Amino acid sequence: MALWGMVIDLDRCTGCQACVMACKAENNVPAVGQKEAERGRIISWMQVLTETDEEHHSEKMRFIPRPCLQCDDPPCTKVCPVYATYRNPEGIIAQIYNRCIGCRFCMAACPYNAKYFNWYTYQKEKPGQNPDVSVREKGVVEKCTFCHHRLQKARERAHAEKREIEPGEYNTACAQACPAQAIIFGDLADPGSEVSKLARSPRAFKLQEELGTKPKVIYLTEGEGGG
Amino acid sequence: MVEHKDVHEEILLAPIAQTGPGFYWAVAGLAVFILWGAIAYAVQFHQGLGVTGLQQPVSWGFYVTNFVFFIGISHAGTLISAILRLSKAEWRRPITRMAEVITVMVLFIGAGQILIDLGRPDRMMNVIRYGRYQSPLLWDATSISAYLTASVVYLYLPMIPDIAVLRDRLKKRKLFYSVLALGWTGTEHQQRILNRAIAIMAVLVIPIAVSVHSVVSFVFSMTLQPMWHSTIFGPYFVVGAIFSGIAALIVAMIVFRKAYGLEPYLKPIHFRYLGQLLLIMALLWFYFTFSEYLTGYYGAEPEEMKVFWAKFIGPFWPFFWAMVLCNFVIPIACLARLSQRTVGKVLIASLSVTVGMWLERFIIVVPTLSFPRVPFPEGVYSPTWVEWGLMAGSFALFALFYLLFTKLFPIISIWEIQEGRETGLKEVEERLLTYLPDEAEANILAVSTRGR
Repeated sequence: MALWGMVIDLDRCTGCQACVMACKAENNVPAVGQKEAERGRIISWMQVLTETDEEHHSEKMRFIPRPCLQCDDPPCTKVCPVYATYRNPEGIIAQIYNRCIGCRFCMAACPYNAKYFNWYTYQKEKPGQNPDVSVREKGVVEKCTFCHHRLQKARERAHAEKREIEPGEYNTACAQACPAQAIIFGDLADPGSEVSKLARSPRAFKLQEELGTKPKVIYLTEGEGGG
Repeated sequence: MVEHKDVHEEILLAPIAQTGPGFYWAVAGLAVFILWGAIAYAVQFHQGLGVTGLQQPVSWGFYVTNFVFFIGISHAGTLISAILRLSKAEWRRPITRMAEVITVMVLFIGAGQILIDLGRPDRMMNVIRYGRYQSPLLWDATSISAYLTASVVYLYLPMIPDIAVLRDRLKKRKLFYSVLALGWTGTEHQQRILNRAIAIMAVLVIPIAVSVHSVVSFVFSMTLQPMWHSTIFGPYFVVGAIFSGIAALIVAMIVFRKAYGLEPYLKPIHFRYLGQLLLIMALLWFYFTFSEYLTGYYGAEPEEMKVFWAKFIGPFWPFFWAMVLCNFVIPIACLARLSQRTVGKVLIASLSVTVGMWLERFIIVVPTLSFPRVPFPEGVYSPTWVEWGLMAGSFALFALFYLLFTKLFPIISIWEIQEGRETGLKEVEERLLTYLPDEAEANILAVSTRGR
């Protein structure tokens, strides 16, 4: 079975936020408005975190695009009291919006702050939204799903044509949109895939690897002359 | 003997028989706060949790703090009462019921905090329909409902003889008291069964009570978050719970002592003993807090230290140092010497601990969430009027429940006070004799040693 994963090359990332915008458009992520944003309630499944280099303070900035890291040992699913979030067999962490009771335990447990809450009814269904992704109501948690609906579509197409999904047939919106090709998406279970090869790079590292969450989003650190 | 009985019944039934204007003023005052809370919740229910000051990353705030605090207060009652009963502490007699009522009332309020905190309260039944036992929240639900059930039974059982008195003596609510009295007539057989049942419940309730605040702490310690992921959180929370519980109990005792003229029953000696218990808990609490923070500091793991310094000298310093002042400095100063002005000193210490333990819960919940591990924008949490309203309303609702209870049932157990004089005195004397060396045996022993 496939094991979907992602490699993000920090050497290539320019911090342009194209991935963020592509994600918002693809997944009907609501714009919360200036007032709510100022209160710290932005919803951004893909968020570009910035980190200043401690040695070269205010000279060097690191951009870390952070989707849900789709941990293989996720701290968020462990604590959910109602099975509203779980790891599916292909390694994607699913979120059932219609079951979530909004206790926000998963948000407190996620060490990457990848989960977001609908503090108000931020949007209703309207034309122009992606019909493949359900619009979230107030009071539930949401997060990046690796554009899971695209996998479903690709699988249906492959099934109708009586074949397996081909590499590249399923890709996430952020990876597709990245102008610097810093985001590479694919099957980590296939050792020949590009994402697998990159994941074996000596530059590869995982965020907070010491926590043992086994994230399936792997970062490539900046090269020697980078920054 | 008969005269004694009448005196006790008269004094202790007085608040139920007559109602003065003070009661209505108190209810009106509490109703204002409850109304504030009700309006706040209506607004929140309608618009969503956005009306609170919660945000990202601080997604838990006042409600979770209050949840931990109120559940902690619940340890006042059943647990302390059970321990005093089992250790045959004779001075418990006028205290146990006051303590047990706190538990039952505050558990409703505490469990309610979690419902208030839910983004989708309409789906709360999902916890039963799709409940997942791997989640510490389910452990909470199980443990708290078991504790509530056991505490209600444990409160009710020793009330049966008193309800029978109410049934016979009081002119109102005849049916209500008759049903609740379960046909109590006070025969020896009934009394034996009752004492047995109370003893069983007292033993049963202690492990349940310990489990309750342990699993409440597990909500935090089972995550990987800095300064939450700690192995001592279970006992640390239980100690804090008993600490705040005793403080709340003392406050309630002093309030109703004044309001209902119970000075003959709640004497300075009772406050002195409880004050000593509070002093021990203050020292124990300090020991746990010291161990917890020293371990974090010495290890100096960077993520832990971010939260650590935020509490010591960062944005949370006023709360942290106020907590130390309220939970340690003031109680120690007040409780070190209790021979004079006992009640006043114990009251100050108890009020201080109540505030301090609330701050302790706050200082555990919020700072950790404010400093995420990843370079996520740091959040500043400041509660809105909705959260203040629900907090005020929760406290007021608890006070109202307690007040209404005292209008329906005697707040000091009549039969246990009577029993104290009738059988307690004799029992204590007999028990004391069993501790001492037997006179006859000692004489024989003395003779035989002299002969050698």
